[in-house]
Amino acid sequence: MSDQVILQAIDVVKHFGGGDGWLTRAPVVQAVDGLSFDVMRGETFAIVGESGCGKSTLARLLMRLLSQTSGDVLFEGRQISSVEGEELRKLRRDMQFIFQDPFSSLNPRMTVGKLVGEPLEVHAPELSARERRSKVATLLRQVGLRQEHADRYPHEFSGGQRQRVGIARALASGPKLIIGDEPVSALDVSVQAQVINLLGDISRELGLTLVIIAHDLGVIRHMSDRVAVMYLGRIVEIGSTEDVFTDPKHPYTQALLAAIPSMDGKRTDHSATVKGEMPSPSDPPSGCRFHTRCPYAQDRCRSETPHLSPGARRSHQVACHFSETLERPASLVAPKPRSETVEARFALYRAATEGGTVKHLKNPNQHQQTERT
Amino acid sequence: MELVDLSLRFRGQPNDVVDQVSLAVGQGEVLCVVGESGCGKSVTAMALMGLLSPDYSIISSGNLNVGGISFDLTRDALPREMRGSRVAMIFQEPMTSLNPVFRIGDQICEAILSHGNVSRSDAMARAEEMLKRVGIANPAQRLFEFPHQLSGGMRQRVMIAMALANDPQVLIADEPTTALDVTIQAQILDLIRDLRDDTGMGTIMITHDLGVVAEIADRVAVMYGGQVVEQGPVRDVFENPQHPYTIGLMSAMPRLDRPGGRLAIVPGTVPAISNMPDGCRFRTRCAFATSECERRPGLSEFAAQHSVACHFAPLEENIGVTA
Repeated sequence: MSDQVILQAIDVVKHFGGGDGWLTRAPVVQAVDGLSFDVMRGETFAIVGESGCGKSTLARLLMRLLSQTSGDVLFEGRQISSVEGEELRKLRRDMQFIFQDPFSSLNPRMTVGKLVGEPLEVHAPELSARERRSKVATLLRQVGLRQEHADRYPHEFSGGQRQRVGIARALASGPKLIIGDEPVSALDVSVQAQVINLLGDISRELGLTLVIIAHDLGVIRHMSDRVAVMYLGRIVEIGSTEDVFTDPKHPYTQALLAAIPSMDGKRTDHSATVKGEMPSPSDPPSGCRFHTRCPYAQDRCRSETPHLSPGARRSHQVACHFSETLERPASLVAPKPRSETVEARFALYRAATEGGTVKHLKNPNQHQQTERT
Repeated sequence: MELVDLSLRFRGQPNDVVDQVSLAVGQGEVLCVVGESGCGKSVTAMALMGLLSPDYSIISSGNLNVGGISFDLTRDALPREMRGSRVAMIFQEPMTSLNPVFRIGDQICEAILSHGNVSRSDAMARAEEMLKRVGIANPAQRLFEFPHQLSGGMRQRVMIAMALANDPQVLIADEPTTALDVTIQAQILDLIRDLRDDTGMGTIMITHDLGVVAEIADRVAVMYGGQVVEQGPVRDVFENPQHPYTIGLMSAMPRLDRPGGRLAIVPGTVPAISNMPDGCRFRTRCAFATSECERRPGLSEFAAQHSVACHFAPLEENIGVTA
């Protein structure tokens, strides 16, 4: 089993600040506080949480863009915190990053061809300029851009296209693992769907492992195989996406799911709305960090820190003292089925956008329609 | 509040950014305007409030009717004394819309004092009452704090308190929850709904999130490229969407209950306003478009209050697709 683990975090801690200032001592921000999890080869692993929960810090730790205060991150069994020089370059080849903001993560003064070719210069210096150009063209086609886009600059592209450039750049070195920090959250719905499909296709075709950091639960549900829910620097629940979404055990996960506005006419259950806001990670609550907002909190939660329930490595685990005794909220209400005609209309749309031949059965008859003023 | 036939363009642009848009919101009603970036939804809101400078924009047609008073928007905007008192607005980014160097209390007072003939101490008392009403703990103390001392959700509550301090008849909310986390978003939507029930104000909410629309709206207008393409009661539109763009948006949303597989997409991206096609502006991205679509489809009513601007609606009767 363990040879299937590609990335492993063991009790990773990252604290910021706390150094001796000249006049004051900066408060210690406990951004990530003791996380352990495994990412299996070929799976899509998602980390979800609200702003300030430490998910972006975690992504940077996994990539070694930051180094941890304590704990270990192992990539294919090797500690990544100690690698340097040539080894580090190899690590970067195997592990790539997609950033959230496609507007600020691409150098505006480089053409797309240069941007995508840059990682090749580092990781495949043996390629001639001509080979590199043809490899860039292949990569651009792979992400749904055209070869001639290589001569253009980032400002000539829309947000979705720029994110495609970012993906092509990440793919250039032939990585085994890609970490995406909110890769689609800056995009509009229609464009977001295109990028989600692209990421799914690429990971399937190339057998990539994806680690996706996101706050949008719909996106996570759609893309990921397993999910970890973070709250204030700790994992409160981890398990297969199916388990976590259909049978959430931690009160925070339940609240998160209840808070998503749904399109199916299920009005949010007001009583399930969590009260208050996330406390500051520089002064986290004692015991269970969620107890200040938890509707079920008891004395034990204030003093004793709950740990992820022990169990098989890939099972559904939860960090709550009372997860077994809590009443489960009614599971997500199944959506009202669409009427047959509407279902047919959606099917028609899908068929047409996926390359079906459209035939117009009759000409629109404008006389039947009354113009509204 | 009723907006009739608003068209406007920015100076130097060949095409209208808002093209013959008509919206209406009744008392105690929430109208959501939904669309992607660049569809003209925010510009419409700015025009409603009279916040667009005539130096940059030209309004070529449009009538605004607020509580029985009618304005010709081509000649005059909403007068200053109504802006903020009869019609109020809240914005997406509560940090940039609050002044960082003034205390919360002073900022709310300013709104009250500029519209009513009240003393400063009365205004302060009113400000405290408003903070309490929007669910801020320790309102008396918060009055003397600065915006940076508050969290994003609390700042948005302060913005709402400020907007509602003068009992407006209409509240325009431009993406009020986009910058917030889902749990905080749920709290703010609850708050807006409760306040709507208490005061009977009409609300125009601008958003890109169909989930938020389903959650709070009574009626919805879907915009694309500066035009309203579909409009109607929210249940009707979501259960029986007619316009290909509405269908595309709904199919493109990753859903909690139908995981996996590929998402259906809306191909391409929104064209720049200078490249907007004539006729139906969606036709460059529509899988069903024909030469017919070069003629602009009117917004026509096909069921009670539910109208759509497409030559081929309902699609299943007019179009066949073979794989």
